[in-house]
Amino acid sequence: MKKSRRSFLKAAGVSALGIGVAPAIQAVASSGSTPAALAAKTKHPEALTAHRWGMVIDTSKITDEVAENIVHACRKAHNVPDLNHEPDPEKYPKTRPVNHNQEVKWIWEEHFESAFPDKEDEFLAERFKELPFLVTCNHCKNAPCVQACPTQATFKREDGIVLMDFHRCIGCRFCMAACPFGSRSFNFRDPRPFIEEINPDFPTRSKGVVEKCNLCAERLAKGLQPACADVSEGAIVVGDLEDPNSEVRELLNEKYSIRRKQELGTEPSVYYIM
Amino acid sequence: MSKNAIIAGLAAFVIAALFPFWFNLGGTDAAPEPELSAKAKAAGKCVLDKYDMRANHMSLLDEWRDAVVRDADRKYDAANGKQFQMSLSTGEDSCLGCHEDKEKFCDKCHTYASVDPYCWECHTTPKEINQ
Amino acid sequence: MLEIAIKGSKKYWIWLGVLSAVIGAGFLVYVDQYINGLMTTAMSRDVSWGFYIANFTYLVGVAAGGVMVVIPFYLHNYEKFHRITILGEFLAVGALIMCLLFIIVDLGQPTRMLNVLLYPTPHSMLFWDMLVLNGYLFLNIVIGWKVLEAERNQIKPPAWTTPLIYLSIPFAIGIHTVTAYLYCGLPGRGFWLTAILAPRFLASAFAAGPSVLILLCYVVRKFTKFDPGWDAMQTLSKIACYALIANVFFFACEIFVTYYSKIPGHMTHIDYMFFGLHGHNTMVPWMWSSMILMVTGAVLLVIPALRSNATLLPFTCIMVIIGTWIDKALGMIAGGFVPSPLHHITEYMPTINEVAITLGIYGVGLLVLTILYKLATTVKEEVRG
Repeated sequence: MKKSRRSFLKAAGVSALGIGVAPAIQAVASSGSTPAALAAKTKHPEALTAHRWGMVIDTSKITDEVAENIVHACRKAHNVPDLNHEPDPEKYPKTRPVNHNQEVKWIWEEHFESAFPDKEDEFLAERFKELPFLVTCNHCKNAPCVQACPTQATFKREDGIVLMDFHRCIGCRFCMAACPFGSRSFNFRDPRPFIEEINPDFPTRSKGVVEKCNLCAERLAKGLQPACADVSEGAIVVGDLEDPNSEVRELLNEKYSIRRKQELGTEPSVYYIM
Repeated sequence: MSKNAIIAGLAAFVIAALFPFWFNLGGTDAAPEPELSAKAKAAGKCVLDKYDMRANHMSLLDEWRDAVVRDADRKYDAANGKQFQMSLSTGEDSCLGCHEDKEKFCDKCHTYASVDPYCWECHTTPKEINQ
Repeated sequence: MLEIAIKGSKKYWIWLGVLSAVIGAGFLVYVDQYINGLMTTAMSRDVSWGFYIANFTYLVGVAAGGVMVVIPFYLHNYEKFHRITILGEFLAVGALIMCLLFIIVDLGQPTRMLNVLLYPTPHSMLFWDMLVLNGYLFLNIVIGWKVLEAERNQIKPPAWTTPLIYLSIPFAIGIHTVTAYLYCGLPGRGFWLTAILAPRFLASAFAAGPSVLILLCYVVRKFTKFDPGWDAMQTLSKIACYALIANVFFFACEIFVTYYSKIPGHMTHIDYMFFGLHGHNTMVPWMWSSMILMVTGAVLLVIPALRSNATLLPFTCIMVIIGTWIDKALGMIAGGFVPSPLHHITEYMPTINEVAITLGIYGVGLLVLTILYKLATTVKEEVRG
């Protein structure tokens, strides 16, 4: 009796496994024969491409006003929530109070000593002490966040952009611990009540996922410059770092530039002309 | 003693297991027909034919999202010769660009089938924004 | 064997009832967190891990500490540990279940957690942590259960358990090493970026694990007829003693390297923890308490007369447990995240919600532990008497 019960349980276990595996086998076997497989997925002809996207920020051209416009344009383009925004009580009744330390930002202003803590200097030229420095994701060549992510929700695209797949992110926040630039934000709550005006051209996020600058991948795909570069009055230039004739390379060739925390070897793709 | 308990337990189990059947006794609603918007009707053809779409739109969307997010491919040349923007909710030639009314198109069947896809936690519909 | 768990005294059932109430309360608070997101916690953009990951780290250590009874008994035939080996293995099971729960409640999208298996990513340390934690849990359940079952039937455990037991030793070292690697491989975090982190984690684990086990031996002696043996408890306290001294020594090494080299990126975190930074000094009393508790604990354990004082020993163990908990749980989070990579200071103290969920998880761990210890002690009583 005992023996047969045991073998029954074994058989049941094996068949349960079979039921679990069957759909996977079916899916593999059937792919390639559907009409969907005859279709072609391509880039739009007008899409901007690069071997490795990079950004050059001319710090002398960034005034408080320009910086503000840039931050605002980015928020608007990507539906980045602003916790200072008062939620519409009709649409979102009973919104709980906000913890401002749980904010979300993609590009924002910092002082020199925060943007470049390793270059802090008491005798630094006065004008740098007051200048707004815009900081964002550096789209590092050796990105620690990509290495840390356990699901490849954060990954590096062939063209150098470090991207997030919001569908796949489990919200473990390992990437936030890994990023040496504090460039990542977590959606501690549903962001929608805190978006002033939803932009239909870009999805919002759900609670529980990490987000950060995507170098306007969705705009590059349409042949548009990133939103920040667009409104920067020439202060931000985005282009191909591996093309010696690109505008970014010409700028870097002409002027002295620095990158954030170069000593860590993550190879940031964002350059600051001093 | 234990015999009765076992029989009672078995009976309770069978009744619980057959819940979907007796719960729906007395007839269920007929499956709803999604309503096509004027724009969709005029377009005539979708990405795949009607029945294929009905059965497989979720795998198609899954494929699209990987293509867009991970490979940066956004243009879809369907087997039937039509072109689409591989996007659920953004742009004229995306899914919602044509099927403008989510409530009448998507939600009708989803509600009937008790599926609650989390697409809409992030993806917006024009109607929702104007509300 | 499980039938033993449903036959117990009134006290046993009251205890299980109390634990269930704690678990239930924690679960309700978790439901709120699940619906509203991690906004119910005090975690922030700058301090992105908090109380959950802190307790996770600590309990991985407690689980790994179980190997301190397995190695002497199985590798060195140290007979006095014969009676408590099963207690060490079951402690690891309870601790690991809590670890996994802490990871789950920390996730922003817990329903997607199987993505870790769906898209296996060997370059992520979290992937390896998932593998070794689950592997070690599985090994301890199988080994503990089989060995106990064999003891009950008065036969030898099946031969295939031997290789599993040997395998469980590198796994125990592995779980805590990989957990340290989660922290110490990140380029921008000066406090974590040190090769001694994994050895230090292991040292503190081998102090905390045996200390918890000694306390549990006292509990078992009080509430059951089974006696784990005073000699075994004394050996455990010696293990805890030297591991604790190693932990304090490793920390002293860290302090030397940091303050002699004077590299700001490393100094600033320890400054914050022990002296406060720009007026932010929440952690200062905690960190000094931790140091005092650990050093006093080491002194009380190293002096034979004090170590063998049966009334003093449990209090010493409690000191060691609290000291290492502050050091490894609170300290690891505060030290790593404050100040932030941009040198801003955002301090962190858990919300009541976080504490309630944490207590709920400890309730689950204690429930599992109670049931497993009930099985173990009852079987041992049966066999003996």
